[in-house]
This record gives sequence, structure tokens and C-alpha cells, in this order.
Amino acid sequence: MSYFTEIYHGVKTLLTGMRVTGRYFITSGKSAITQQYPDNRASLKMFDRFRGEVVMLHDENNEHSCTGCQKCELACPNGSIEIIWDRGVDPETGKKKKFIDKHIYHLGMCTQCGLCVQACPSNAIVWAQKFRKTRSTTEPS
Amino acid sequence: MLTSSLLFIPSLHDFLFSLLPPGLAKGAEMVLVGIIYLTIFAVAGLFLVLLERKVAARFQLRLGPNRVGYGGSMQTLADALKLLSKELTGTVRADKFLFNLAPYFVIITALMALAVLPFSQSMQVFDINIGLFFLIALSSVGVIGILLAGWGSNNKYAMIGAMRSGVQTISYELSVGLSLVTMVLLAGSLQLSQIVEVQKSGWLIVQGHIPALIAFMIFMIAGTAETNRAPFDLVEAESELGAGFHTEYSGMKFAYFFLAEFINMFIIAAIAVIVFFGAWLSPFGITESLPWLGVFWFLGKTFLVVLLMMWFRWTFPRLRVDQLLTLEWKYLLPLNLANLVLMAVTVWLNLTIQF
Amino acid sequence: METATIAPPIKSEEYFINMGPQHPATHGVLRLLLTLDGEIIKKVEPDLGYIHRSIEKMCERNSYQQIIHLTDRLDYLSSHINNEAVCLAVEAALGVEVPERVKVVRTILDELIRISSHCLWWGVMGMDLGALTSYFYAFRDREMINDIFEETCGARLTMNYNVPGGLMHDIHPNFVARTREFLAHFKTKLPEYDRLLTDNVIFQKRTKGVGVLSRQDAIAFGASGPVGRASGYSCDVRVHHPYSALPKVTFKEALRTEGDSFARYQVRIQEMWESVAIIEQLIDAIPEGPHQVATDAVIKLPKGEFYQKVETARGELGVFIISTGTKNPYRLKFRSPGFSNLSLLNHIAVGGKIGDLVATMATLDLVIPDIDR
Repeated sequence: MSYFTEIYHGVKTLLTGMRVTGRYFITSGKSAITQQYPDNRASLKMFDRFRGEVVMLHDENNEHSCTGCQKCELACPNGSIEIIWDRGVDPETGKKKKFIDKHIYHLGMCTQCGLCVQACPSNAIVWAQKFRKTRSTTEPS
Repeated sequence: MLTSSLLFIPSLHDFLFSLLPPGLAKGAEMVLVGIIYLTIFAVAGLFLVLLERKVAARFQLRLGPNRVGYGGSMQTLADALKLLSKELTGTVRADKFLFNLAPYFVIITALMALAVLPFSQSMQVFDINIGLFFLIALSSVGVIGILLAGWGSNNKYAMIGAMRSGVQTISYELSVGLSLVTMVLLAGSLQLSQIVEVQKSGWLIVQGHIPALIAFMIFMIAGTAETNRAPFDLVEAESELGAGFHTEYSGMKFAYFFLAEFINMFIIAAIAVIVFFGAWLSPFGITESLPWLGVFWFLGKTFLVVLLMMWFRWTFPRLRVDQLLTLEWKYLLPLNLANLVLMAVTVWLNLTIQF
Repeated sequence: METATIAPPIKSEEYFINMGPQHPATHGVLRLLLTLDGEIIKKVEPDLGYIHRSIEKMCERNSYQQIIHLTDRLDYLSSHINNEAVCLAVEAALGVEVPERVKVVRTILDELIRISSHCLWWGVMGMDLGALTSYFYAFRDREMINDIFEETCGARLTMNYNVPGGLMHDIHPNFVARTREFLAHFKTKLPEYDRLLTDNVIFQKRTKGVGVLSRQDAIAFGASGPVGRASGYSCDVRVHHPYSALPKVTFKEALRTEGDSFARYQVRIQEMWESVAIIEQLIDAIPEGPHQVATDAVIKLPKGEFYQKVETARGELGVFIISTGTKNPYRLKFRSPGFSNLSLLNHIAVGGKIGDLVATMATLDLVIPDIDR
């Protein structure tokens, strides 16, 4: 007898499983969970904390607030940030001061850990939400 | 005596015979029919692959192919063209002859089975009087192709897959055969056109009620196993054997295996429709006055059975090889034999339902 | 009396097969050298090191803040818990007491990532056994957790949200609402998981009695996490050495005694329920307060040895730091759960079939970067 109860239970569980997938088959026409990525590029918005790449903020006068303190360079575990700096004379106070020459960010080495943005005392660098780092040759940059 | 005749589209038959001497006309007809069936094979294969992908996508909350053509309708055609253009690779110490022979074995058996299917009253190439037996026999020839592929590839994964396939097909043939024999008891003929004729007084699944329903369930399980589809896809168990017996095949040779798998699924579904659901007969004879609609009824019913097989595939986990054999020898076979007796009693006592 | 008529048994030859390093069932670049007799497994020899990145050595040249982001890359499915392990070790060494808010948020995120990891495991387990649909259902639910992480931490997998002394930022304003939404959603979907796979007769036949690990062997091999608990070895670090906000919550340790693949499966399913329960206890009452206590810009650990263990989704992760008083550790050793869990594979897989090995591998839930480091 247990032979038949076994068959009955087996078939029952199989049909239960089929009911789960069958329900989705009927109802999933519109509720597909996939995103149509290249098509929804216009409407796709990343979360504001999303770590895409490190950028240096520039205001309307194309000026940034980086002081060249090198804290981000020190904080970075991978050496993705390089700061080339020079010493010069501050025109206002006449004292000697560190000036930033160039802030180089190597995206290829970056692991998006966020330590540099945390370390920056003057909020000069922030995270940009850009995640797409390539472009096809047929589309404008 | 064989009552073999080329019944396919009678007007074409008459036209050719009026135009050409009989010998030539016969030859021309054969070639023509061959080309038509090859086309059906390719189109049906491509359509079924697309259908499978779309159906799978719906089961899995995805969208499926939707880039090539309208709604992805040209996707499989593009895939086939890609496969056509690919290099045919092989392993170094493979048995080249068997390796190249295997895909043709698989594809030719699938094609041969197509020939006896009654798509409609007049659309049947080869109405052999042992039609059902012929189909069962053909389904066992296909496995030779898989075994050859596994052996010829000189690859252990392929070999394991092929041996599994051998074991599986030999076992499940019994169930396919016996469940069909059960229905033959009811229909009283092996000839497919006769089986359909019998069903004019009710489809066999209605005529045979309980034993026919059991036979149908067994046939669906065994048929799914026969075509090596999930949950019986041990032959190409992706997570165990990579790609199984066709690991080493590329390009069009791989495509032959792939298409043959889908055509085999179509054939199993078609047999189920012929034997259980009245082939091209419309339900309650609603379109009896329009015989050419039979094709649509046949394909429509087959489509529903194919959908059922896809539903199986996208729901169930795969069995292990010993459980596969346990299922066959300990469950399906005894049930089948008991069912055969039950059906015999039903027919003997005239308990069938007939309209 | 011997009879000479008995035919000699048919001689079969053992053969060898390479499973991996690129194989769908090894989930990454693990290579298994299988010795088979037909379908039956005679020996399994794991071959490691295909993605060894010498993370432990890299830790020695990095400061303590920088080490944390490397731990994301160990077991990337429970990266937040890995981060926390290092943070807890450093905080304990420094004698820093983190605010209550930090503890609660850390624990919530721990449990969220545990659910996420188990979701992925569930989907992949189904896929290994041939039921491909489970994968997509699991990823649908996992996607919501990933969104929570992305919104609050800024990344979906390697979030690096912990810093010594607290959290990198405060939680996002949407965090609580999103988590509640997820819990409500997930509680309706978990029974569906059961209906689709757990109860399925084929699934049960595939997993019951497969890869049986006794309690004694579990302890001997150093098994931890769901693998150990399925064998009846109560080894949940959250119960025995609670950390962060765990002392405040009540939950049941998922324990089974069978030790087979199905028991391991059930333990993980139950853990998902327990994780939901833990989050529900904490989410409504996240204490107000700072999200960080100030630490020195250059953290120097006092001279000595420090050990901290946490429960990741895979088991017990231990962080052992030897400090000489400088800003870098002298030596840092991770005791990763995957490594010990892999070591018992040969013990439990021998005698099974290839299909059993796949089921066993799936329930061991190995993450290869965790093993190779």
C-alpha cells in the first residue's frame, strides 16, 4: 500500500511545483523582472550614493576646492590616485603654499572602496553615478 | 502487404502523373515530398527552439529573445545562420567516421518518423499498416546516433552521456511501447489512419477513460525520457557533464543534434495527439465539413502537448541515473502492465465510452 | 568447500576525469580531480589556487582601514560580514566602543546579506539539480536586497560599508522602508520556495541520504556554518559568541541531525526565516545616535595578537591579527569557512554518483575566492 501512497504523494508534489511555475507563466506577461538595459538608459537612474567613478567637482567658474593635501592619495589602497603638486607663493598672503598641479585618477586600478572620498577634508572629490565606461563607435560621446 | 502510397496532396500526385511518364513521375514526387519534409523539419525545429525560449522566459519572469525580427521571431534563424558559418571542430584522436556519421543518424530517424504522421486526412506520406510499430522502432534507432557521438568524440564526458542515454532509451522504450500497446487494444489497429478513424466516435482518451488516462500519463513521462529532455536530460546534464554527448560538436553538426532533439519532442507530442487526442479530428466534429482544417487541429493539439513537456522541463529537477531506472522498472513498468490488463478488461466487457 | 565454477567478476577499470576549473557545477574556478568507476566516485581531489590573489599578504602592506575593502573579495556573497569581522577585531584591539546605532545597523545588514547569499545558493542549487527556474525566482528576491545595499552603501556586492569605529555613512532615509517592504515580500515568497523545490519528490530523492556527514566528522574536519549545523554540531557563532546587536535579539539556531544534503538544505531555508525574524526585531527600533566614533586617521593597533570570529553565510570566519604596534598588521590570517568545508568533500562524496557529487557540492555552498583568498 505504501507503494501507492508514495506514488500519490510524488505526483502531488510534482503538480504543486507545476502550479507554482504555471501561475507565473500565466501572470508574468508584464511583470518580467529583467531590465531592458540599453533601451532604458534614459530613465535608468542610479542611487545617489552609487559609486561609479571618482570625480573632482568644479563650480561655475571651473574651479575646484582641492588643496593638494594628498590625503586621498594616502587613503587609497591601490594607488589609483596620483597627485602632482608644486610649491608656490600664495598671491593673497604671500606665504609659501602647496599647489595642486594635477589630480590623476586611474579608473583601471580603482576598487570603488570609497576611502578617498571619506578622507577628503575639503569635499573636493565625490562619487559620480556614471557606470558606463565604454561607448560604441557609432554613438556620440 | 504494405499499403504504402504517397497520399500527400492528391492533386499534386495527379498533376505529376499526367505530365510525366509513371516512373519519372514517381521519382519526381518522391524528391518533391522529400524537400517539403526537409522544409517542415527545419521550420518546425526553428519554431520549436524559439517557442522553448519564449516559454522558458515566461516561466522564469524574463522576456526571452526580443531583438532579432519582430519580438525576436527571427532569433533562431539568426542562430542557425551563425551555426552554419562556424568551423566544424573535432578532437584529435576521435573516430572521424563515426564522429561525422552520428548527427545524420539522429536527424534521419527524426525525419523518417515525420513521414508517417497524419497531419490531416490527406496529408500523410506513408500510411503503413504497422505505423505505430514503425514509430516505436524508429525511436530506438535514434539512440545509436547518440551512442556513436559519445564514442566517436573521444571525450569522457561525452562517453558518460552516451552510455546514460543508451540505458535510458532502452528502458523507457518499454514504457512507451506498452502504453501505446494499451491504446492499440482499444483502437484495434496499428495503422495510424485507422487509429484516427476509430476516434471519430470519441477521442481515445475519452473512449478508454481511466486506463487511457493512466496510459497517457505514462506515455508523457516515458516520452519525455525518450527525447532526453528535462527532467530526464541526464544525457546532457549541464551541471554534471558539461554538454554531454555533443560536447565536442560545433557548428552545423551541433545544430543537427539540437534540432533533432526538438523534432523528437514534436514527434512524441504528435504521437500523443494521434493516439489519445484524435489527431486531426476537431473536438465534437465542429469543422468536419472543412477537412483541410485538420492540419490546424493537429498542430494546435501538438502545440499544447509540447507546452506540457516544456512545463515539465522548466519546473522539475533532474533525476539521478539510478533513480531514472528505478522509476522505470519499479514504477512505470508494473503500472503499465497492470494498466494493460485493466484496458483489456475494459475492452472485453465493452465498458468504453462511445458517442 | 570452494566451487571452481563461479565466474570471475567482470573487471572494470577506474578512470579519471577533470571536473573544472571551468565546469558549471564548481561555481567558479575550482578543479576537482575525480577518479570514477563507471558513474561511481572513488576519489575526489580538489585542486585549488586558480584565483589565489594573496589577500593575506596584501593586508600586511595596507593600513587597517584599507584591509577592510580587501575582505569584500573573500566571500563576496557575505562581504558585509567579512568587513565587520575586521572592524570588530580592530575595535576590540583599540578598545573602542561603537554606538548602539552602529551595532543594530550592522546586524540588520548582516542578516540581509545572509538572506541574499542563501537566496543565491537556493537558486544555484536548483540549477545544479536541473531545475533552472528556481534561479530566476531567487534572483528576483535577491535583487531587492541588492537595491537596499546599493542605496545605503553605494555598491551591490563589495560594499565596504564598515569602517573601524562605525559605518562609512549613516543609513539612507529610505533604508527602513525598503527593508520592511522586502521582508513583507520575502515572507510571501519563501513558502513558494518550499512548494517549488523542497517538497518536490525528485528533489528530495536527489538530496536525502546524499553526502552524509556525521557529527564527529563535522567537528573533526572543522566544518562550520550550515554544513556543521546540519550534522547536529551546534556551531553558530551568533549563538555562542554573539557580537554587535546579536545579544539583544532572540532567534533559534537551525539544527538538523541527519547530516545529508537535504538537512543542509533545510538548515539554510530555516536560517532565512531566522534572519527575517532577527531583522524584524531590530528594524522598528534603530536607536538614534552617531554612525561613527572618531578614530585616529592612522590606526595603530597595540602590540599583540587579536582574534575575532563571526558567522558568515557559509560558516565561521576568523580574523587573526598579529600587530607589532605599527600601522600595518605584521601578519593577518583569515580562517575561511569554505576551506574547511571543502576539505570534507572527499570524505562524503566517495561512493556516490556524479549526480550526488553535484548535489553535495551545491549544499556545501562553496565560494571559491573564499577558499583561495
